[in-house]
Parts: sequence; structure tokens; C-alpha cells
Amino acid sequence: MERHFEHDLEELKQRLLWMGSLAERAVHQAVHAVLDADERLAEAVLAEEDAINEMQIEIDERVQRLLALQAPMAADLRFLLAVSRINGDLERIGDQAVNIAQSAMRILRHPQVKPYVDLPRMSELAEAMVRDSLNAVVRGDMDLAQTVLQRDDQVDRLRDQLFRELLTYMMENSSVVFSAFELILVAKNLERIGDHATNIAEDVIYFVAGRDVRHPALDRR
Amino acid sequence: MASTAHGSNAAAVRLAPQVNMTDLTTTTSEKEALVRFEISDLNFFYGAKQAIFGLNLKIPKNRVTALIGPSGCGKSTFLRTLNRMNETIRHTRVVGQILLDGQDILKMDVVGLRRRVGMVFQRPNPFPKSIYDNVAYGLRINGYQGRLDDLVEHSLRRAALWDEVKDYLHKSAFALSGGQQQRLCIARALAVDPEVLLLDEPCSALDPVTTAKIEELMFHLKDSCTMAIVTHNMQQAARASDFTAFMLDGKLIEHSETSKLFTTPQDPRTEAYITGRFG
Repeated sequence: MERHFEHDLEELKQRLLWMGSLAERAVHQAVHAVLDADERLAEAVLAEEDAINEMQIEIDERVQRLLALQAPMAADLRFLLAVSRINGDLERIGDQAVNIAQSAMRILRHPQVKPYVDLPRMSELAEAMVRDSLNAVVRGDMDLAQTVLQRDDQVDRLRDQLFRELLTYMMENSSVVFSAFELILVAKNLERIGDHATNIAEDVIYFVAGRDVRHPALDRR
Repeated sequence: MASTAHGSNAAAVRLAPQVNMTDLTTTTSEKEALVRFEISDLNFFYGAKQAIFGLNLKIPKNRVTALIGPSGCGKSTFLRTLNRMNETIRHTRVVGQILLDGQDILKMDVVGLRRRVGMVFQRPNPFPKSIYDNVAYGLRINGYQGRLDDLVEHSLRRAALWDEVKDYLHKSAFALSGGQQQRLCIARALAVDPEVLLLDEPCSALDPVTTAKIEELMFHLKDSCTMAIVTHNMQQAARASDFTAFMLDGKLIEHSETSKLFTTPQDPRTEAYITGRFG
């Protein structure tokens, strides 16, 4: 006989994934608002921010209720703690998407600095990290979570590359400083999105195996 | 005065060195000194029926060890082997070794053993005597020559009952509430100053407030007493114990620090039991 608690946990997972899909879509739309110079996409991201924030509060309340009423242990306890942390990461991803959308609106008022080459690659990588981290949550897949962790360095390298390139443009032509600076902010936000996906992947390893891999230098286990 | 004593006890407990189970698996004499009970290859039989199978366990000094597991898994039977209480049941047999501070309990005088290893049962079982006489009973039969009044007060204070009963010491123990009766039984067990206290589901018949008092009492007793508690209440095991042993079908499945066992159990059967997926 399936316990009512398991039904509640499954429902919580579905709500978390729904929030994840909202955050994922927000990132995709925000980046394409920049790449395709599409203001309507940026507006859509701003309009959906509240939905993600409301989901955060709903999920927090569900976690709080289950912790208080079910007094979970072991894997169930770890799962609820992980959901609570992932919830915070998804809300932050939503915020980063809003930042990118706001940058997009400002960038659109100026001529394009350069053809976008690294930015689409960086956004594809960051979006894939978010998608795979959420898939790892659904399947409890530690191998997939591990691949997300490994990809974080690639995003960081692309951010550094973009920074260098855009600095060069700014030094050569002061009229592009405003747009180039906004693009640097976009890259910074994408890099942060990668970091949040990494956090989610670490939480997957925590709730599946009980291993805390957040700070390897501390070498706890 | 009681609260001062508790305060200093609590400080002593908090300052006590942490006992690490990894350390307990080693056999140096210094680390052996941290172990109160050492149980090796213990088997127990009710007639032809075997109830405990090859159990190995070390119970650390001045710590609370919780025994958990589904009904009939052998945890109460195991607890009762530690002061040979099972010998009161006919046709039982123990095979294996149980060392108390390095001494084989099966070769000890059983009365002396039970003085060192006291027991508190599921249902409070005060004697049909006054509160005072309940606590003094063990002292009298052991020929205690000192000031009985002082020791009765001391025991009732240790059991966190003194303030509630000090004006009614000569009333019948049956006039007390269930929680008070259980603490009286603990005071009675503590009166002979045992090194170990075995508690067999001591809170199963008590309300949450009284349960919290007993758990707090266990916390404060740790600096002078080693405790082993059988409980069906996972939350109680998690709150009140330092180490937890999970038993299933007469076998010890897993034993580790409580904080570890309830967050990251190593055996899938432990995981299934403590998350309520069976048992």
C-alpha cells in the first residue's frame, strides 16, 4: 500500500519540476531577447517573474508542512532538504533571467557591438546544465548530476573569453562601452545560472547518496 | 539546587570527549576503556527457537544507545540479556560472550550484576509502598548503612522528581501520575547507583510532556550512567540517543552514531525501516 507521504513527496517533486521548467523557459527567452533583439521576449520574462516567486513560496510551504507533520528520516529527510535548497536556486535562476531580460531591453536601444558567437554557446551550455540538473532530480541520476558539475568550468572559461573580447572592443571604440558592458552583465548572469545548476546537481548527489560534495576542499567524507 | 546540579551535569556532558564508533572498533586498552559492554557473537534461544543470531556490539560508556527495529526483532530480548533478566524465563539459553567492563557477566553473581545494571520497564511498576520506601527498598535489601534520607533525596533529585514529591514522601506510590511513577522507578533503579540503566520502552505509556522530561533526565544522567533504550519511537531514538542499533529478525543490521544512522543509513533495510517503508 502506497503511503500518503510518498504521494505528497511525488507531488512536491512535480511542483519543483514545474517551477524548474518556468525558470528554464525564462532563461531561454531572456537570452533570445538579446540574441534575436526581440523585446517581446524580454517583456514575457518580466511578466513571468511573479509566477516563479509564487512557486518558491508554495514549495517552501509544502516542505515546511511535510517536515513538521511527517518528521521524515534518511532519504526522505535528505530529499526535502535538497528540495528546499533547489527551490532557492531555481528562484535565483529566475532572477538572473530577469536581469538578462532587463539588459536585453537596454542593449536593444543601441547598435549591436559585434556578431554574437560565444554568447549563444555560453547560453546553450548554461541552459543544458539547468535542464540536465532538473532531469537528474527527476531520475535521481548521480551520473548525469556529475556531468553537470564537470561542465561548470566550460561556462566559466567562456565568460572569461567574452570579458576579454568585449574589453578589447571597449578600448578600441568608446561608443560601444554601454552595450559591451551590458553584454558583460549578461555573461556574468549566465555564469551564475551555471553555478545554480551546479548547486542543484550537488543536491542530487546529496539526496541520492547522502554525500555532501559542495566543498570538496573540506574533505568531509 | 536541583537545577544547579543539572546545569553542572549538562556542562560536564557537553565537555566530555566525543566517542567515535570508528575508535570503538579498535582494540587498544585506552579505547577499550570507553566501552561499557562488549557483546561478541551473542545467540539467544527460547527453547528451540532462536531469537538472537550472532550479535556483536560495543556499548560506549556514558552514552545513550538506542535499540530500534520492528516488533519481534529481538531488541527487548537483547536488552534483557545485558542483566540476565531472561533467566527468569524458563527454557532460555545464551551462547556467546557479554563483557561488562571486561568481565564476563555470565560468570558473575546475578544479584551483583543487576545492582550494577538496573532496568526500567515499559509500564511503571512501583511497589505497593510509599514513595520513600520504593526508593529505599533496594538500599535496605543491600544492607545500606548510611543516611537513607539523604540517598532517597539524591535519587529522587537525579530522577527529576524531588520537587514534585518532597512533601508527600510517605504517600503511596500509586497516588502518583503515570509519568511520576515511571520517574519513581528510575529513582528506585538509580538508588543503588548502577553503572548502566536499561530502559525498555520507558515512555510508551506516557504523554509528550512527560516523555520530554524522561528524555531530559536521560541527557543529564549521561555523565554518571551508561544507558541502553529500546524504543519504537524513531523521533525519541533520534532525540535522546548518541548511538543507534537497528535490529531485524534477531540480527544486528546496522550500528552507528545516531545522527548518521538517521540521515545517511548504510544498509537499505535500515533506510526502509526508518523511513516507514516497512515494519
